[in-house]
Amino acid sequence: MSEFPQPNITETNKPFWDGLKNGELLFQECTNGHRWLPASDFCPDCLSTFFQFKKASGKAKLISWVIYNTAHHPAFEKIVPYNVAIVELDEGPKMITNIVCTKEELIPGMKLTLTIKETSGVFLPKFLPQ
Amino acid sequence: MSNLNQMSGKYVIAGIGQTAFGKLPGRSTISLNIEACKNALIDAGIEKNQVDALLVKTPTSAREFMYGQKLAAAMGMRPKIGGSWDQGGAANIALISSAMNAIEAGQCEIALVCYADNPKTGNRDHFSRPRGDDAVFGWFSTAAGYAMIQQRHMIEFGTKAEDFGIIAKAARRHGAANPNAQLRKAIDIDSYLQSPMQIEPLRRDDCCLVSDGGAAIVIMSAAKAHNLGIHHAIPILGLGQGQTSCDLTNRPSLTSTEAVVSAKTAFAMAGLETKDIDVVQIYDCFTIAVMMTLEDYGFCPKGQFGSWAANGYLEIGGGLPFNTSGGLLSETGMPGLQLILEGVKQMRGTAPLQVPQANKCLISNQGGTMHTHGTLILGN
Repeated sequence: MSEFPQPNITETNKPFWDGLKNGELLFQECTNGHRWLPASDFCPDCLSTFFQFKKASGKAKLISWVIYNTAHHPAFEKIVPYNVAIVELDEGPKMITNIVCTKEELIPGMKLTLTIKETSGVFLPKFLPQ
Repeated sequence: MSNLNQMSGKYVIAGIGQTAFGKLPGRSTISLNIEACKNALIDAGIEKNQVDALLVKTPTSAREFMYGQKLAAAMGMRPKIGGSWDQGGAANIALISSAMNAIEAGQCEIALVCYADNPKTGNRDHFSRPRGDDAVFGWFSTAAGYAMIQQRHMIEFGTKAEDFGIIAKAARRHGAANPNAQLRKAIDIDSYLQSPMQIEPLRRDDCCLVSDGGAAIVIMSAAKAHNLGIHHAIPILGLGQGQTSCDLTNRPSLTSTEAVVSAKTAFAMAGLETKDIDVVQIYDCFTIAVMMTLEDYGFCPKGQFGSWAANGYLEIGGGLPFNTSGGLLSETGMPGLQLILEGVKQMRGTAPLQVPQANKCLISNQGGTMHTHGTLILGN
C-alpha cells in the first residue's frame, strides 16, 4: 500500500491531532465565544488570540457529500467508492470528514456520531449514522 | 458620489488576440502568451512600444516566481507597470480593473492583459491535488469542491441532474458551431445523463476541458482609442469583484457566493439591470458554477433554474444566449479570458454565432472553488 497522506502537524494544529490520539475531537473557542475549525492562531471572526481548545460532544449533522469512484492517490485505491462529507458539529464548526456507511445510507441532514479511526498511524475523526 | 459611474464607458478593449486552443505540445506558457499578445497588438493596430503596462494572470498549472517580468523580458518590454496576479480564474477581470485604475491615475496609457497555460500537454497535477490536511479523508481535486457544492444545491432546492444538463447542452451546441473550439460535439439531455459519473454528483459533461492556449486584450481609454483611429474598440460599461475567500466548510452557505456583490457593483457602475443584458458569457468550469452565477446575479430565481432555463432559453435564439463560443465546457478549458474575447466579438458583431442586435454583454470570471469572482459588462 502506498504511503498514506500525512497531515502537516504544526504548533498551531498539534492540539487538534493530539486530541484525536486521546479519543477527543477538539475545536477552538475564543473569549468572545466564536468557535472554529480548522486550527488557527487567530479567531477568524474577531482575530483574538485568546482562545482554548474545547472537546466536541461528537454529535453532528450531514451538510453535503461527494462520492469518489476513482482514487486520486494510491492510498485510496482499495476503498473506492468512498465518500467525503461536510458535517456541522452540534457546537457549530464544520469540517471535512468521511461518513462510515454506504452511499445509499447517506441522507441530507442525518444525525451523526463521532468515531475515531486509526489509519497508517493517523487518528482520523469520522462519523457514524446515529 | 464615487467615481463608479464616471468610469463607465471611459475605457475600452481596443484589441483581442489568442492562440489555437487544445493540444499544443512543446509550447511554453511564455511562447503562448507572446503569440496571444502579438495578435492582440495586431488587432488593435498598435506597436508593442506603445504599451506601458503588462499585466499577466499567473499560469494555473505552472507557477513561476516573477512570471510577469519573465514575459516582459521575452517580449523585449520594459513596462512602467508589470507583474502577475494570482486570484484563480477571476484574475482576468481584476487585471482589467487594475489597468483602468492605473490609466485613470495617469500611471500608464495602454495595458496588455494576458494569460496562457499548457496543462493539456504539460502537467495537470494541480487539478487533482490534495486539499490541504483534509487529504487524509481522501479529499482531493478541484472538481470535488464543485461536486460538494452541487450536492448541496440539489439538497436545498431539489435541483435535478437534468437541470445541469441544460447548461452542458447549450455550451456544447455553441461549441459545435465554433470552428476554433476544442470539442465540437453537440449533446442532448439523454446523452448528458448517460455521461460517466466522475466525483458524484458530477458527470463528465459537467466538467470543463483541459486545454493549452493563451489569450490577450489591450486596454486603453476611449479617447486614446479614438485618437489612434481604432474603430472596433469595445467600451467597458461596468465591472465588479467579490471575494468569498473562505474554503467550503467555513462558508455561511454553500449555494451562494460573493458573485452577488460583484454583479451589484458592475450593474451599478453600468447603470444597467439584468433585463438590459442581451448575451452572457458565464464561467463554466463546472455546470453548477453557471447555475449559481446566474442565480446570484439575479437573472434566475434561486433554486428555480430548471424551469427558468427550459426550452433553450440559454441557447442561440433563446431569451439569454450563453457562452456563444462554447465556453470552458466546449471551446477551451482556459480559465476565463476567452469568455471576454467572445464578449468583445459579440459586441463587434463578428462572433461566429452572433446574437442579432446584441448591444450589452455580461461576462463572469471566477476562481478557486468559487472563492473569487469578477463581473464585466461590455457595450457597443
